[in-house]
Amino acid sequence: MFDKSRWRDYLLHLFGAAVIVILARDINLIARLPQDVNQGAIFKIIFFHVPMAVTAMTAAAVAFVASVLFLITRDFRYDALAVAVTEVGLAFLAGNLITGSIWGHIIWGQWWAWDARLTSALVCWILYASYLMLRRAVEEPTQRATFAAVWSIFSFIDVPIVIFSIKWWRTQHPQPVFWGGGSFPHDWLVVFLWNMLAMVLLAIVMTTVRVRQENAQRELDSLRRTAHAM
Amino acid sequence: MTGFLRQVAVIAAKDLRAELRTKEAINGSLAFSLVILLLFSFAFDPTGDTTREISGGLLWIVFAFAGTLILNRSFARELPNDCLDALIAAPISGAALFLGKAIANYVLLLAMELISLPVFGIFYNVRWTGQFPELMLVLLLGTWALTVLGTMTSALTVNIRLREVMLPLLTYPVLVPALMGAMQLTMALIAGKPIDADNVMWLKMLIGFDVIYTAVSLVLVETVLVG
Repeated sequence: MFDKSRWRDYLLHLFGAAVIVILARDINLIARLPQDVNQGAIFKIIFFHVPMAVTAMTAAAVAFVASVLFLITRDFRYDALAVAVTEVGLAFLAGNLITGSIWGHIIWGQWWAWDARLTSALVCWILYASYLMLRRAVEEPTQRATFAAVWSIFSFIDVPIVIFSIKWWRTQHPQPVFWGGGSFPHDWLVVFLWNMLAMVLLAIVMTTVRVRQENAQRELDSLRRTAHAM
Repeated sequence: MTGFLRQVAVIAAKDLRAELRTKEAINGSLAFSLVILLLFSFAFDPTGDTTREISGGLLWIVFAFAGTLILNRSFARELPNDCLDALIAAPISGAALFLGKAIANYVLLLAMELISLPVFGIFYNVRWTGQFPELMLVLLLGTWALTVLGTMTSALTVNIRLREVMLPLLTYPVLVPALMGAMQLTMALIAGKPIDADNVMWLKMLIGFDVIYTAVSLVLVETVLVG
């Protein structure tokens, strides 16, 4: 018998196991890489810092698409995806901010600087945190999903404006290694890309688990309502 | 189209008339803006040169804080006697309702700001009249950004828990770029610098912000009000 939900379980577990294997391998490889000439061991934080930022940005885009699709179809599975991916993206952005802060503490001698990228990341974090606050404040499920979708669209439109406008302050953040003309040896790049894959897979697994929770929660709520009605 | 504009005008006139009769939002907002101006004088030395340099930024914090009192009332005013349901059921589009309310809020916010501005100039010894037309342009653009987002959040939060808390919590983060632009421009203008190549970018950004959020709000407000 082909059981669809069990098959999905296997796939999720397989993804989770893949994440653990790839991460273990990456951490091992990163630890063995030679230290950077200028920055020493702390430079290696980039292997987590940048993929986390990329994952968080991807999550914001997915949340936007899911929110638009919810408003068009009124299918609550899109609402579940939007909230799940926003929460996971927020966690990754927090990881990005924390790793950046640790790096700044060592290299700049201060935990925080009001530099363009840092400020933009912080504003985006607060933007999406307020999305989650909004969800908590609305009781009725349809209204919650609708309002949250509208606010997700508002927030996503704001992201490029925030980044663009904050750029007009003097920037202290190092130019991106990959597009800023910096050199990154080939074998480092390979490790970097593997870790990027690990982060994206981790985000997918976490999002899937959260989507299932949301769907289960919705079913529970509707059962409870039915019970009340009887 | 003329029908739409007439509906907008009717809603705006209705809101302004109701506000002029009670004056509850505008009085509260004005009193609040004076209190914040007073409190800032304790936090920063009001006679110092540095305070004068950052005073343009302070001014917008005052406007944003005091403005939420007006914006909070915008849709909440319609709750008693189920006026909101009647408005939604009325044969006008959500966009017309939203735009009418936004225009009423805009007038009230500008009134609050234009009264606060001279008080601020006297308290902090700032000569703000030097580039009056430019300052008014920044005021008009920055206030419209606050109005459009605030009216939208007012519609979003009207029926939810913690309404008074949620409105600023939602509005300010999204408003960050517009507030930054308005602050930078106001600081430059009060310092006597013209709007030139250095900060014309901020002006463009403000205009872009206003246009984008007005358009998105007009498209989405029906969904928010009707569901």
